[in-house]
Amino acid sequence: MSRDAIDQIFIYAKQWLLTPLAHAPDWLVQIGSSLINIFALLGVFLTLFALISVLERKILGRIQNRYGPNRVGPFGLLQPVADGIKMLIKEDIVPARADKVVHFLAPILIAATAILALGVIPYGRNMTPFVIDGGILFFFAVGSTTELAVFMAGWGSNNKFSMLGAMRAIAQMFSYEIPLIITVLPVVMIVGSLTPDKIVAAQSDYSLGVVPHWFVTTPWGAAAFILFFISGLVESNRTPFDVPEGESEIVAGHMTEYSGFKYATFFMAEYIGMFAISGLAVTLFLGGWHAPIRALEFIPSYVWFLVKLSILLFVYIWVRGTLPRTRIDQIMNFAWKFILPMSFACIIAAAVWHYAGRGLAGWLWSLGVIAAVYAALSILLDTRRKFAQRTYRFAE
Amino acid sequence: MNSAAFAVISILTLAAALAAATLQKLMHAALTFAVAFVGIAAFFFLLGAEFVGLVLVFVYVGAVAVLVVFTILLTRRDVKKSERFNWGGVFVAAAVFGGLIWSIFKTSALAVAAPQIDSLTVKRIGDLLMSNYVWPLQCVGLVLTAALIGALILVMNDSEEV
Repeated sequence: MSRDAIDQIFIYAKQWLLTPLAHAPDWLVQIGSSLINIFALLGVFLTLFALISVLERKILGRIQNRYGPNRVGPFGLLQPVADGIKMLIKEDIVPARADKVVHFLAPILIAATAILALGVIPYGRNMTPFVIDGGILFFFAVGSTTELAVFMAGWGSNNKFSMLGAMRAIAQMFSYEIPLIITVLPVVMIVGSLTPDKIVAAQSDYSLGVVPHWFVTTPWGAAAFILFFISGLVESNRTPFDVPEGESEIVAGHMTEYSGFKYATFFMAEYIGMFAISGLAVTLFLGGWHAPIRALEFIPSYVWFLVKLSILLFVYIWVRGTLPRTRIDQIMNFAWKFILPMSFACIIAAAVWHYAGRGLAGWLWSLGVIAAVYAALSILLDTRRKFAQRTYRFAE
Repeated sequence: MNSAAFAVISILTLAAALAAATLQKLMHAALTFAVAFVGIAAFFFLLGAEFVGLVLVFVYVGAVAVLVVFTILLTRRDVKKSERFNWGGVFVAAAVFGGLIWSIFKTSALAVAAPQIDSLTVKRIGDLLMSNYVWPLQCVGLVLTAALIGALILVMNDSEEV
C-alpha cells in the first residue's frame, strides 16, 4: 500500500489540489486540472533544462579534458541562474529591415510547439498529462509545425545567414521526419494503437522475470530505435547534424539576428525538443516507465522514466562531444539512401515477427530480415568506393 | 462550454482567413493562412474527430503551408501594392458564398437529426480504410507513388548533363 502511495504521490497531490473545486461545475474542474498539468510540466522540464545546460558543459569539458563551469555555486550548479540573468538583462536587438511581427512571433511559436509535444508522453503510472486517442500522431503533428517557426525566424530576420540556416534546417527536418514516423509505425502496428499509454502497457511483461518485453529487445525494435534516435538527433538540430546553425559557416543560422532572451528561448526550445523526442523514444522502445527487471518494480515508475530519459540525454551529449559535424549532402544521402530503406525493413521485420508467433522463431526471422537488408544496402551503397580525383562542380 | 469554444474558434479562424485574403505582404498572408488551418483543425477537435484534426495540422500546417511559403520565397518579385480595390473578386466570392448557402439550405440533410455514432477513433478509421475503402486507398497510393517517381525523374535530369 505505501509503495503504491509513493508511486502515485503526484496523482494524490493533484487530487488534493483539486479538492476546493469539488462542487464546482465540470468545465472549471477541467480547466483547473489542465492548469496543474501545464504548470507541473513547465516546472519539471524548465528545471531539467537548466540542469542539463550546465551538465552538458561539464560533460563536454570532461570529454575534452578540462573542467567545465565550476565557479558559480557548488560544482558550478548555479551557472544556469547566472546565464539566465545575463540573457534577461541583455539588449533586445531587432534589425531595422526585419519583419517585426514575424521576427517577434518565431521564438514564441517554436517554444510553444516544443512544449506542446511534451504533453502526451506518459511519465509514470497514470501520469500522462493529456490523454488523447492519437497521442503519437499529436506529437508529430505538433512537431511538424516547428518547421514553419524556423522558417519564420529565418525569413523575418531579413538576413542571408538566417535564411540559409532556415533553408538547411527545413531541408533536413523534412527529410528526417519521414524515417522518424516510419520507424514508429512497427510499434504502432504491433500494439494496434496510437495511444502512448497502450504502447507502454504492451511492454509491461517480463520473460523469466529478468528480460523485459520492451520493443528494443526485438531485432526490429532495436533497429527502429537506433534509426529513431538518429532521426531524433537531426530533428533537434544537434551535433553531428547541426549544419543549420553551423557557426563556422553561417554564424548561427536562423538564430543569427536574435539576441538576449529571444535567443535563450530558441536555445530552450531546442533542449525541450530534445527531451520530447527522447521521452517518446523511451515510451516507444524502452518500455516507458516500466522497471528493467521484475524485482525492481518497487522503485516508483516516474523514477524509471527519468533514469531512462537521463541515459538518452547523456548519449546525446556524448555524441556531441565525440563526432564532428557532417556536411548537408552527407546528411541528405544518409537519409534517403540508408535510413529510409532501413526503416521500411523494420516494418517488414515487425510483420514477420508478429506472424511467426512473437517467439524465438520470430525473433530469429526478423533478425534475418534486418541483417539481409543491412547487408544488401551496404553492398549497394558501397561505402568503400575507390577514390578518384575530386571534381568540383561549382568552385573552380 | 462547447458553444463558447465554438465562438472563439470561429472568430479566430474567420479573422485569420480574412487576414490571409486582405494582407498586403504575401508572406504574412501565407502565415495567417496556416493559422486558419489550425482553427479548422480545432473545429474537428471540438467535434471529437481528433484524427482528422491532427492530420489536418500535420499535412496542411506542416507541409502545405511550408510549401506555399517556399513557393512565395522562390518566385517572389517585389510585389507592388495594388491600389484599386478589386470589386470583381468581391462579386465572385459573394456569388460562391450565396450559391453554397442556397444549396445547403435546399438539402434535406439539415432537417434530419444527426444519427448517434460511436466516437471516431483511429482504430475505426483504420478498419474502414482496410475493408470498405481499400481500393480507393490503393489507387491513391499508386497516384502518389507515380507523383514521387515523377518528381525524382525531374530532378535526376541534372546528372546526365555533367
